[in-house]
Amino acid sequence: MSKEKTISSLKEITQDTYKYGFTTQVAAETAPKGLNEDVIRFISTKKEEPDWLLDFRLKAYRHWLTMKEPHWAKVSYPPIDYQDLYYYAAPQVKKGPKSLNEVDPKILETYEKLGIPLQEQKVLAGVVAVDAVFDSVSVATTYRARLAEQGIIFCSMSEAVREHPELVQKYLGSVVPYTDNFFACLNSAVFSDGSFVFIPKGVKSPMELSSYFRINARNSGQFERTLIVCEEGAYVSYLEGCTAPQRDENQLHAAVVEIVVLDDAEVKYSTVQNWYPGDKDGKGGIYNFVTKRGLCRNRAKLSWTQVETGSAITWKYPSCVLAGDDSVGEFYSVALTNHYQQADTGTKMIHLGRNTRSTIVSKGISAGHSNQTYRGLVKMGKKALNGRNFSRCDSLLIGDKCGAHTIPVMQSGNMTAQIEHEATTSKISEEQLFYCMSRGLNSEEAVSLIVNGFCKEVMQHLPMEFAIEAGRLIGISLEGSVG
Amino acid sequence: MALLEIKNLCARVGEKQILKDFSLCIEEGTVHAIMGPNGSGKSTLSNVIAGNPAYEITAGTVLFKGKDLLKMTPDERANEGVFLAFQYPVEIPGVSYATFLKQALASKMKYLGEKPLDAMHFIKRLKVRAQALGVTDEMLKRPVNVGFSGGEKKRLETLQMGFLEPDFCILDEMDSGLDIDALKIVSDGVNIMREARRSFLLITHYQRLLELIEPDVIHIMVDGHIVETGDKTLALRLEEKGYAGYR
Repeated sequence: MSKEKTISSLKEITQDTYKYGFTTQVAAETAPKGLNEDVIRFISTKKEEPDWLLDFRLKAYRHWLTMKEPHWAKVSYPPIDYQDLYYYAAPQVKKGPKSLNEVDPKILETYEKLGIPLQEQKVLAGVVAVDAVFDSVSVATTYRARLAEQGIIFCSMSEAVREHPELVQKYLGSVVPYTDNFFACLNSAVFSDGSFVFIPKGVKSPMELSSYFRINARNSGQFERTLIVCEEGAYVSYLEGCTAPQRDENQLHAAVVEIVVLDDAEVKYSTVQNWYPGDKDGKGGIYNFVTKRGLCRNRAKLSWTQVETGSAITWKYPSCVLAGDDSVGEFYSVALTNHYQQADTGTKMIHLGRNTRSTIVSKGISAGHSNQTYRGLVKMGKKALNGRNFSRCDSLLIGDKCGAHTIPVMQSGNMTAQIEHEATTSKISEEQLFYCMSRGLNSEEAVSLIVNGFCKEVMQHLPMEFAIEAGRLIGISLEGSVG
Repeated sequence: MALLEIKNLCARVGEKQILKDFSLCIEEGTVHAIMGPNGSGKSTLSNVIAGNPAYEITAGTVLFKGKDLLKMTPDERANEGVFLAFQYPVEIPGVSYATFLKQALASKMKYLGEKPLDAMHFIKRLKVRAQALGVTDEMLKRPVNVGFSGGEKKRLETLQMGFLEPDFCILDEMDSGLDIDALKIVSDGVNIMREARRSFLLITHYQRLLELIEPDVIHIMVDGHIVETGDKTLALRLEEKGYAGYR
């Protein structure tokens, strides 16, 4: 089967899990505004959760009350009133447009540029339900069955709590404890839903698992919780997000992603994040405070690849705890900010085991009035003998009103470890622009081409079809950045 | 019919006036050469025709196929059929030649309202041209102008020119930094493109290039404008006597 087909079938499967996750539940209801223990009990009851999970949420909530919102990141935003938010709204079928004619032409133009097929456009725009387009439950079931045959579990977090409570209980909070940080703690108390992936010992997932459609189809993005467990010798490639612009009524997003990579296992986690960034004057836009971390056991490997073009504010540091000997962590990132977007992003590589290796390649592009900070930590523990890290942070500036900052922190606890750091900052030169334009490219095409060249090293780590769309996305996100 | 008609053109960089009342008319299907000492404004002329925003036009007109060229952006000029082979081609890290040319062709097709070439035909068309210029597949995969020798860069400029099939080609010191073999390859690449509707403007210091690409008209440019126009014998005389008599 062609890769493309596999992907579209996957979308069906993920959609299908959503169906299981939600449609069987009681009628829609919304918890009152604000956060207290009653609201948390309400969420837990609505989701028919076991006592241990309610307990986890309550502990997190009580701890959260003792914490202060962090303000060390180089981002600024008005104070968030946590009592002025809704923390639970059962999914509702929204009244969407009846045909593509009723959809904002600007959005359609973007879909067109991204090369999203017409049928998928209809789904993304909310014209039709996914089922109406991919009405092939049987195909989805076949794939589900194919995954299940190998013992792979890929479902919504809610479903996992019901169907595989022992696995969730064992691993939830094992990499990102609820005490970890303010936003992760909040997430632990009120998380809505997310994905659960379990790959049993020795199994290589026969396909890439994608959260693509599930996130788009419904509003579960606000306090998303993802847990991936890859047992000994297993492998999985997981794709999160999509290139199509995503809007959400909820401005505050605080997701947690936990990944457990046991001995000799490998996880590849790819993200394309394109949440609504606000308008060109900096109004609106999503605040994205994300905690992502993976724990690698002996000889395990975790690779993060991310393309971030969205959100008004991004606060995100996908990290690797290299606990096992000979384990490997990788972080490949493209972050693009335009207009008034602010991004404070980077990674942490915590080397604990011997002969652990990590690679960081970060490419930041700032345009308009945006501000971007790379913040990274490379830490070699006392026992991380022969640990090695290589980091490279390149920043590209477009125009003279934006900013790029690099804050690498390196700590070495033993004499045998090696840490290398390279950093560059450059601008797109007038000569480059003129050269491209003298070959017939308009200024936007020229900037897009030059920026894609700048990011190539990272993009090539994305799965093929994701990479092509992400390349186009970069061009679109830069629109209006050159005069 | 005149393909390019420049009248009383004045241009400057910053405060420095470089082109001074420059006029030139190039007919369809002809090859013109401009020779002149360093600093006479030859490269400025080629940049101004291609639309480099670093130069400011203070007076004069430029018509290309009867259209006002000075009102067009550099990409519009390119898509109308103007091509400048750069004296110093610019590096674009991370973008392969193949990708670059594919985008250039797609932009042109879009401008002309035509369908883009599919991948198969694109590669076929590119390979035929590349082979003739001794450009290997491996070179086409490498990033634009990064890490190439001077000679390789000029060959690749010639490849771009042949591939994009412009109506008017400016070759800005194509011969600088080329050994005799490379010069022969590049010249062949240009000669093969000579046809009834296509015109060329060669900018050079040396007679050497003009032996390989024979011009119809030669101009001597000194201090921002043309001081003498003649046939190819002019180049020979120049080779003997230098520019001294024009200053």
